[in-house]
This record gives sequence, C-alpha cells and structure tokens, in this order.
Amino acid sequence: MLTELTAADLSRLIAAKEVSCVEVAEAFLGRIESVDPKLGCFLTVDQDKAIACAQNAQTLVDKGEGGPLTGVPIAVKDNISTEGIETTCASKILKGYIPPFDATVVSLLKQAGMTILGKTNLDEFAMGTSTENSAFQVTRNPWDLDRSPGGSSGGSAAAVAAELAPLALGSDTGGSIRQPAALCGVVGFKPTYGRCSRYGLIAFGSSLDQIGSFAKTVEDIALISEAITGNDAMDSTSLSCPPIASVHLKSGSLKGLKVALPKELFGSATHTGVLDQIHNAIQILQGEGASFTEVSMPSIELGVTTYYIIAPAEASSNLARFDGVRYGVRSEGQGHIGVVERTRAEGFGHEVKSRIMIGTYALSAGYYDAFYVRAQRVRSIMQQEFERTFQDFDVVLSPTSPVPAFKLGELNLDPMALKLLDFCTIPANLGGMPGISLNCGFTDNLPVGLQLMCAPSEDEKLLQIAYSVEQALPNATKRPSIA
Amino acid sequence: MSISLDEVRHVARLARLALDETEILSLQGELNALLGHFEDIQVIEGSGIEPKSHAVAIQNVWSEDLPGRTLSRTQALSNAPVSRAGLFVVPMIIED
Repeated sequence: MLTELTAADLSRLIAAKEVSCVEVAEAFLGRIESVDPKLGCFLTVDQDKAIACAQNAQTLVDKGEGGPLTGVPIAVKDNISTEGIETTCASKILKGYIPPFDATVVSLLKQAGMTILGKTNLDEFAMGTSTENSAFQVTRNPWDLDRSPGGSSGGSAAAVAAELAPLALGSDTGGSIRQPAALCGVVGFKPTYGRCSRYGLIAFGSSLDQIGSFAKTVEDIALISEAITGNDAMDSTSLSCPPIASVHLKSGSLKGLKVALPKELFGSATHTGVLDQIHNAIQILQGEGASFTEVSMPSIELGVTTYYIIAPAEASSNLARFDGVRYGVRSEGQGHIGVVERTRAEGFGHEVKSRIMIGTYALSAGYYDAFYVRAQRVRSIMQQEFERTFQDFDVVLSPTSPVPAFKLGELNLDPMALKLLDFCTIPANLGGMPGISLNCGFTDNLPVGLQLMCAPSEDEKLLQIAYSVEQALPNATKRPSIA
Repeated sequence: MSISLDEVRHVARLARLALDETEILSLQGELNALLGHFEDIQVIEGSGIEPKSHAVAIQNVWSEDLPGRTLSRTQALSNAPVSRAGLFVVPMIIED
C-alpha cells in the first residue's frame, strides 16, 4: 500500500513515474476518510485543494522539474497559516479564520511541489501536552485509542503514526513535537531555534517557538528539513544559515561517539518501563562503539518552573492581539473594553486563560524582577551548562517523555503532572538546541521515545547521529495496526 | 507567597478577561499552586548572571528599505468581524 511507504520511497516512485502524484494524494485522502473518524487527527481536510496541488506536482514531474519532495503529501498543524484554508489554533476565538497569506514554511512546501492534505489538531494555541485542550475534538493515540497522542502537536504525530500522512509539520515551544512523537512512536525533530522561519506561525512563546517535522524515518526528516529551513527576511530571529543540508546520511558505526547522560533527565519520576527501554538502547549503542558518561546539569531541575514563567509571559503579550477587531469572533459587551473582555473570555478555553493570567501576573509591577528576570537568569545558567557539556560530548541522550502514552482524561485532575511531561524536552527550547525523538522500544505495547540533543546549529550532525542510532535500534520504525 | 481573590480580579482586568466568579476561584487555586513552584527559582543567585531573553542572540537585524507586496485592503479586512467602508469597525471609544 502506498500509505505504508516513507516519503523517500514515495519520492522515488513518483520520480520513476511508477505512480502519479494524484494517485499518491488519493491514497492518503482515502485512508484519512476511512481511519481518521476513529482518531480525530485532522481539523480540516480540503480534498479539492489537495488534488489540485497533486495535479500541479505531476505537471512538474512530467516536465522533468520535480524536486525530491514533489508530489509527497504532508499534514500541517493548525497553528501554521495556510492561505485560503481555515486556521484555528484549535480555538473558538479563531473559528472561521481564513489566513490571507501563507506562513513561510507553507510557501516552501508549495515551492517544493508538496501536496498539503489538511490541518491537524492541537492543544488550543499549542498550550498543552495531551491535545485534550483542543476546543473542537479529541485526538486518539493510534497505539491505543483510549490514550492521548501527547501534545501539543498530537494531531500531526498521530497522523504520521497511523499513516494518514507520510510527513507532518508541528511546532515545538516546550516539547510539542518531540513529546507527541515519543508517545506515538514516530520521529519528531525540532531544529535549532531560528533555522525555520516563524513567519505565519501563530505565536505562543516567541523566544521558544520553533517549527519542525514528524516522519517515519530520520531520512524523511532530513528531506523535509532541507525544504523548510533557511534564512527568511520576514522573521528577524531567523538565523543566517543555509537550509539544513539533507546530508547524505551515512550508515556506519557509532564508534567514538561521545554521549552525555544528564542524570537530572533520568529522574525518579521516570516510568520504569521507559527507563528499561532507554537503558536497553544505551546497551545496544555501546555495542556499536558509542561511549556514555553520566553528567550533571543542576539547572535542568529548574527548567519546568523557568519555562512556566517565560512561556506564559510571552504568551500573555502575544495573545493580546485577539481582541475581536481584525479577525476571529467578536462577543457583545459594554463599550470597547467590554467587547474585548467578553470576546476573550468567551473565545479562549480555560488553559489559555490560565496561562495568560500567569504571564500577566509574572510581568506585572512588583513581580517582574522576582519572576521573569530571574527565570531569564536560570535560562542563562542552563545555556552555559549545556555549552560546557557540548565542549566534551557530541550529543546528549535522555528519555523524551518520562512516561508512555497516558489515558485520555487521566492527568486532567492534576495540571502540574501534565506540565511535568515536558521536563525532558524544555531544555532544548530554553537553550535553542536542536532535539529529536526516536522510537527505541515498547513498554506494555506503548512506544518509548529516546531524545538526542546537539549544540545549537549542529542540526546536520544531530540528524546523522539519529540516523545511525535508528539503524542500530531494532524497533525504531515499527507501526501500529489500525485500519 | 499566595495570591488573593482581589489580586486575581485585578490581573484578569489587566489581561482583558471578563472572568466569572467560578473561574476566578479556580484560577486562584491554579495560580497559587504554580506560585509554590515559582519559589524554586528564588534560590538562584541574582547577581553576576546576565538574564537571557533569547535562545540564540541575534542583534541589529537590518533590511533594505524597499517597496514590496503587502496585503490589499480587501484581504486585510477579509476576516474582520465588522467592517464598513474599507475600515475595521470598533465599538465607540469616545462618548458624545
């Protein structure tokens, strides 16, 4: 079946004209139609637009002008602006919003001739770790329909895991690509902050947000990363680096690779099944010639607290734009301020309001220095600790999530438990490092994610290491059976 | 450290959120739980460490002052809840 193939394999078949771009698009649209009602990955699927994309792609292929991803389908998280396709951030406040422009990454997908299948579900404004905060629907984990796919990019992760799309875009502010990738057993990659333009990504925490991708293999991640990264004049925080080269990933041993294991990321809260699988993977990689050393980076312990000051502070400012004037819904109210206050109270869900309140409080007079500035100091210390670690080591390895997929509703009663799910992923956002999650095994039939991080801008090196690790691990590309 | 109901109402006002009393109460609980955790970072010595506002420091990003394509007025207004005569309509701000 076409839907079982990787993006790289689809690309080869398309280039060899063994299959047409429209056939590929129809295969995925058909699977979405039959399987997605069980999963709830997509908020919007525009079949006509997808087929039109595929027809254009085929014209390019026929003229001999196709690129490596021409005709390959992709799903896009619904906080990334798509011209002419509704973009809601899974929030009632943006219901019906049709962006008049494309995010830079979406323009790049179109330039590459890719077929955009639709928009995927997320926690409202990407605030959450379970995709349960969506205002519109629940997304289920394809490995166990009673469980969460993780979040906030849960729709994208579950779509790739269930083979509704070979590739998907997500955004990662504190782990929102890597954590759902781990819980769904796929590869999830957050590039170095600034490698991917944020223009058109509806902002949550601007100093932390980064667009990245989901795929079934590291090779596919390299392909899509090359297409969507690079400097962009529309995003002044974009790095002036060339796109991530889809390095000719080399098979080979891990001989001489120096791996750091921060003991703080293997904390007491980690599920024993997760720990077992990670240790098992470490043993396999040792057999391949990698050396492992336990290190300590004490600031990691303060990561979640630091994140839950900085991200809401930035969010409270970014979300001030939703005032019912230029876009989105507008509620009735007394005078201008009354309208704004009612619009926001009725348009935002509880988690979003909660984070706006935290951020507003942390930035308010009298608390700014105690919370926000101090959190920025912790961020500084953490960056220094990682910098020192990367002087001696090639890569940092840890679990991606301290727990495997949890039952829907299970953690809702304890908001702090949900927040702790980001514990292992937050450092890469605070420090700007690239991070990737790979499946390294299973515990009770649920996938376990292994996270690798390299120094900022070492995205190519990270992908090469991840490729070798993927080759060495036996379970890395196993898929759930859902039809 | 804890936050009173009146402080929650004040912050909601600053954040332009018309919250009902049930929400005010529940947010007071959530904020207080988080504030407990915020205490953790008070152990960090403040002096001598430069606060970092960004992951990757970039400064002075300039661009050429060139004309370019922007949204048309129709496109810019296409999502407005209320618009008239090519303008966004807002509730009256200055009373007669």
